[in-house]
Amino acid sequence: MFKALGERLQATFKKLRGKGKLTEQDVTEALREVRMALLEADVNLKVVRDFVAAVKERAVGQAVFESLTPGQHVIKIVHEELIKLLGGSTSRINLSPNPPSVLMLVGLQGSGKTTQAGKLARLLRKNGRHPLLVACDVYRPAAIDQLETLGRQLDIPVFSMRESKNPVEIARAAKESAMRQGRDLVIIDTAGRLHIDERLMQELQDICEAVHPHEILLVVDAMTGQDAVTVAEAFDKAISIDGIVMTKLDGDARGGAALSAKAVTGKPIKYIGVGERLDALEVFHPDRMASRILGMADVLSLIERAEEALDVKRAAELEQKLRSQTFTLEDFLTQLQEIRNMGPLDQLLGRVPGFAQAKQLQNMQIDERELKRVEAVIFSMTKRERQRPEMIDGSRRKRIALGSGTSVQDVNRLLKQFEQTRKMMKTFADMGKRGGKKAKFPLV
Amino acid sequence: MGFMQKLADGLAKAREKFLVKLDALIVGRKIDESLYEELEELLILNDVGVTASARLLKHLRKLVSERKVQEGHFLRPLLQEIVSERLGKPEAIELQQGRLNVFLVVGVNGVGKTTSIGKLAQYYREQGLKIMCAAGDTFRAAAAQQLEIWAERAGVQVIAHAAGGDPAAVVYDALHSARAKGIDLLLVDTAGRLHNKTNLMQELGKVRRIIEREAPDALREILLVVDASTGQNALSQVREFAEIVPLTGIILTKLDGTAKGGIVLAIREEQQVPIKLIGVGEKASDLRPFDPQEFAAALLSSKTP
Repeated sequence: MFKALGERLQATFKKLRGKGKLTEQDVTEALREVRMALLEADVNLKVVRDFVAAVKERAVGQAVFESLTPGQHVIKIVHEELIKLLGGSTSRINLSPNPPSVLMLVGLQGSGKTTQAGKLARLLRKNGRHPLLVACDVYRPAAIDQLETLGRQLDIPVFSMRESKNPVEIARAAKESAMRQGRDLVIIDTAGRLHIDERLMQELQDICEAVHPHEILLVVDAMTGQDAVTVAEAFDKAISIDGIVMTKLDGDARGGAALSAKAVTGKPIKYIGVGERLDALEVFHPDRMASRILGMADVLSLIERAEEALDVKRAAELEQKLRSQTFTLEDFLTQLQEIRNMGPLDQLLGRVPGFAQAKQLQNMQIDERELKRVEAVIFSMTKRERQRPEMIDGSRRKRIALGSGTSVQDVNRLLKQFEQTRKMMKTFADMGKRGGKKAKFPLV
Repeated sequence: MGFMQKLADGLAKAREKFLVKLDALIVGRKIDESLYEELEELLILNDVGVTASARLLKHLRKLVSERKVQEGHFLRPLLQEIVSERLGKPEAIELQQGRLNVFLVVGVNGVGKTTSIGKLAQYYREQGLKIMCAAGDTFRAAAAQQLEIWAERAGVQVIAHAAGGDPAAVVYDALHSARAKGIDLLLVDTAGRLHNKTNLMQELGKVRRIIEREAPDALREILLVVDASTGQNALSQVREFAEIVPLTGIILTKLDGTAKGGIVLAIREEQQVPIKLIGVGEKASDLRPFDPQEFAAALLSSKTP
């Protein structure tokens, strides 16, 4: 995500890094690169202009006189201005103190409203809400089926009225139904519409009047071009949106739309969609996003993701095992499974410092099937073998390879990997004992 | 209503916005550096992109000096000339009579693949061809149902498997069924996939290989669907998809919004894949062949057609 933009900016700043002092010309030249990078990332031209002007004013005025390493100073200013541009601090959604709260998703066709409705329901249920999904897209073929399928996958009720072609009526009935069922959160999925379609924009206003949403979120595709601004402004003008959900940020879109949308509407980005899985929705943090753009990896989000997936108690147990050298292949397997729960691996690794930059790793693809193979090998071992890998001799290796549909070489490789992991873990554990840097997540 | 009119109507919002700005910029001014600079910004604002804009302007400067033009308002016809010249000739989709033809439709999520297939099915059905659709999107919830509803409207048959199945298997079945039934055109829908997801892209490669193997020489078109409101990322989409499957053309959808489709120019300048169809509305008849001359005229001509 934002990779290309980050890379470009970093290349620009590398030139600045070596300098002892910055002239106005240096700054101007660096900012020309910034301007190009931002435009190619689809940041709106007007936004770019303001951004560059703001950075320049601060950089030229200060860096030359005060800062010891002016290059760093410029990076810091760009970072700070980026945070400002992205909305400053994290914004939460508004939920009503009197249930049910009504949340409505709006946007152009194909921006990802229905999928985000499912993801939001899942996320907010995790926070203790009881969502009801409402299918108000009566136009697109099978839109209701799509939401109902998502509801089934998540085990969250879906309200629909297949015989009705009137979204206003459906929304009103859904709100009443939520009250009767004791659901405290109504999530309305609306039909995709062009912001210039007066009839459909009127329909949104009618829904608003009927159910008074506490939170209206505009869903915007991260790949949108310069027009994102027009769209955001039009929706905001018609129904006064409360925030933005930026989707498909797991692609290679540089997400310039994300930078622009906030800047022109003044409405914050609240969530970002980072994958097709239903758990791939994150709260938007401007500071973290700014760091990501500049290539300072986003460790905080990674840790949060890990915490969501890992069983804390078991992690502590594992750590104990590591120290006492009783870490077995079975624990290795549990760990693998927990890591897989955290989501697609390449996505995770992209956020580890250094990974995003390391050239040799850029084309590396993490194959989830490889993990499956490892699992298969371990599953083909007996319980004793898993606990005492030393006992696995040649003939056992042959049997395991046959049983798991792999080769003896695969089994060897796994055993070697395991041995290395164990050694590495031991080192970490010892470090911890001596009061050094503690390895919090003993990853493979 | 002629398509020219339809196109002009579809582009009305975009055209209006673009032309008003363009005229405000050039009318009554002398052609100088600052005018070029502002023109470049206008192009960038229309998703033409930094690189393609620079090339267009270079071309424009050349014409201006050749024709010794000095007044700003002459720039509009010159731009129209440049745009239609650079967009090249229209490239039509042609089917072979009396045998099976296959279209594979690909693209990122939410660009309108299934909808485009629905429209194509209806269009060719009206031409009297026997059509079949293959529901290759086994991932997104209710994608197959969506295709089925479109197919029902068009009165064509759909081959679908249960959700979560292997798309290659759906295509395999569809190919055999299509051959047995003497189908003229098989439209293969695929799941939306972001072009940087290697595994999903490999899956697409597999679908194509199945088609080549089971029905040699039948694969007539591999069409990438691109949303007209996409920015410079569209270039990346074209590039990455083309690396996995040999794209034969692009379907540009949702041109009826306010996005001007400046991305048409960017794609043309930087990629070899021609735009073959454009969508300017919700009706089946709103998906039409792309004619560069018409497009340039609809966007830049002073006469409303």
